[in-house]
Amino acid sequence: MKNILLILRREYLVRIKKKSFWVMTLLMPILISGFYALLFWGVFNSRDAQKVSIIDESGVFTQKFKNSSNVKYEFVKISLDSAITRLNQDRKDKTDIVALIPKNIMEEPQGLKIYTGKGVGFEIQNRIERIVQNEIRNVKLAKAGISQKVLDEADVDVSSKVVVVSKEGDQKEQNTLASTILGTFSAILMFTTVLLFGMQVMRSVIEEKTSRIIEVIISSVKPFQLMVGKIVGVGLVGLTQFALWITFTFVLTSISSSLLPANQMAKAAQEQMSEMPEKQKDEIAKKVNETPNSAGKVVAFMQSAKSLNIPLILGCFLFYFLFGYIFYASVYGAIGSAVDNETDTQQFMTPIMLPLLAGYVIALMTVGQGDNKLLFWASIIPFTSPITMMARLPYGVETWEIVLSMLLLVLSTIGMVWFAAKIYRVGILMYGKKPTFKEIGKWLFYKG
Amino acid sequence: MSNILEVHNVVKRYSQHTALNNVSIDIPKGVIFGLLGPNGAGKTSLIRIINQITGPDEGYILLDGTKLNQNHIKDIGYLPEERGLYKKMKVGEQLLYLAQLKGLSEKQAMEKLKEWFIKFDIKTWWDKNVEDLSKGMQQKIQFVATVMHEPKLIILDEPFSGFDPINADLIKNEILELKEKGSTIIFSTHRMESVEELCDNIALINKSEKVLDGAKKDIKERFKTHTYNVEYLGNLGDLDNQFDIINTENIEDNFSKSIIKIKPEVPVNQLVRQILDRVELRSFGENIPTMNDIFKRVVNETID
Repeated sequence: MKNILLILRREYLVRIKKKSFWVMTLLMPILISGFYALLFWGVFNSRDAQKVSIIDESGVFTQKFKNSSNVKYEFVKISLDSAITRLNQDRKDKTDIVALIPKNIMEEPQGLKIYTGKGVGFEIQNRIERIVQNEIRNVKLAKAGISQKVLDEADVDVSSKVVVVSKEGDQKEQNTLASTILGTFSAILMFTTVLLFGMQVMRSVIEEKTSRIIEVIISSVKPFQLMVGKIVGVGLVGLTQFALWITFTFVLTSISSSLLPANQMAKAAQEQMSEMPEKQKDEIAKKVNETPNSAGKVVAFMQSAKSLNIPLILGCFLFYFLFGYIFYASVYGAIGSAVDNETDTQQFMTPIMLPLLAGYVIALMTVGQGDNKLLFWASIIPFTSPITMMARLPYGVETWEIVLSMLLLVLSTIGMVWFAAKIYRVGILMYGKKPTFKEIGKWLFYKG
Repeated sequence: MSNILEVHNVVKRYSQHTALNNVSIDIPKGVIFGLLGPNGAGKTSLIRIINQITGPDEGYILLDGTKLNQNHIKDIGYLPEERGLYKKMKVGEQLLYLAQLKGLSEKQAMEKLKEWFIKFDIKTWWDKNVEDLSKGMQQKIQFVATVMHEPKLIILDEPFSGFDPINADLIKNEILELKEKGSTIIFSTHRMESVEELCDNIALINKSEKVLDGAKKDIKERFKTHTYNVEYLGNLGDLDNQFDIINTENIEDNFSKSIIKIKPEVPVNQLVRQILDRVELRSFGENIPTMNDIFKRVVNETID
């Protein structure tokens, strides 16, 4: 035990003292909070409004396009060709987008054409289509004898709340967007860190082997102690990094969001809304919902994020990281022991990467599909469970599923460590030849 | 004189071959013991078993009278043939770490290391990264790492490879000093000149088996060919039938050189007398086999 602690301490301190550790530790929160800041910045200070020139051959839409903060519409009465020349040119009447609404748009709604020099964002395309579509519908309904008043009244905004009902009958509101973001993010983080720190263990093993210090070390300690000390030491570095990331990210995001107008504006919007009469409030809410990426969405998102069970998710993340990491790190350690240098690891990496990648892909593809059988099994099976369970957790997972998944992970981790130790013990003393899977298989049965 | 290490009938098999076949060796306390043998003979396997890096398939080993166990780790210092240190680690930190793995407390390790750093005059190296040291300097550090915990048994695998003659001498003197202090040194090598110079006892391993062991002087006695080199002026003619002139050749200035073999029970003086009667003697000496000769002879014999 004393030896394991000594090894652990060395592995830990060597890494903590490295510059690259601190660069990573500082850079990551800056990147995350920078992303966060960018998001707010993007909402409130979007780039120069795009100019859309509309050639309305049908003459139906004249009053229907309303300017917004990032799109300015302009009706032009010029030919399509001359409008198109205004794209791509450095001139005063330059336009970003030309929308051609043909004469027969009522009969052929597919005739709408959008021309652009630089490509057009999905959002703007969508907005133009929607306005045209609404107007066509309105005109057709009016022709059918439905008055504008009825139409206005019929234009209600429907938004839903997802309520999760547990077996015990407890009801909990669920925010799909927040869950998706959190689930995806934590699955990606899990995949990256398990891979990152697993590889570190492998490199550390190879370093000891190629520098030949290994023989001195294992004349003092048992290979198993060395392996365990190394895995735990590197794992603690990972946990330290998480702790620092969380702290820094928290500090930085609070600073950046207080510096940026986003919060204040959101707050102001909220205050205003609470003072308004009910009807007006609805209208604002409607507007807010109409324009994606708006302050209202951010406010709603931030509020609903609070409804997530963050302590449970964080606790599970640490648990799955710890065991998922040990599980894979021991495999990586075994691979490191079997080879003489890092280039020889290629043939062994693929089979190890596959389950990790599978977990990653499954998590990203099926995040939010609570009843997806593939996702369910992937979150139970130890090879993929650390990643996929993270993608499921924000949506709420039955306790027995978590317990089963954790139990299987712990048991298979113990098994994997045992398995890896047998390979490691033999591998670290083997030099010169590139081992095959068959040979490594034989090592499992070597006697001490 | 009791034995510090006793190897009893040790067998070690790998999947393809047997590395050690029923090897038994006794190593007396306080000697420098040469573990000899050609490459691949099984020396490293035996050393690894003594270091408890691997275990024997059969047989057992006694260290200072007790069966080899984890407590013996601090009693052994091991310098492997392929040396290495953590390159990115500072010299001082690294030695402290290795000393603690050998069971020293941090304080004890610090004290011992101070002594060695003064002795080798390498105080300025303490905060240097290992990778910034020259190869010879690294070897010195590794030697300190091997002996700093004052082990009863020091195992040195090809200790002089990589040292320049000055540093090799330095290490040689350290080895002798350690022996003086009561440590036993196992010296694995195939460089016979250092065996000749330093070893008291040897064991020769060839093809996984021990083929020869004992005190160096006894072995030399045993391998004595009872031949003498004689250089003289004149004609030796025929000698008594107790003596057998194996070879005569002319060397410079009309001198001749003969190799004469005598029967083991015949005193040498008789031969000298006969020679003095016949020729003018220039030099006379016994043909004592070098370790190199013995090594080659034994290894070649076992090949045949």
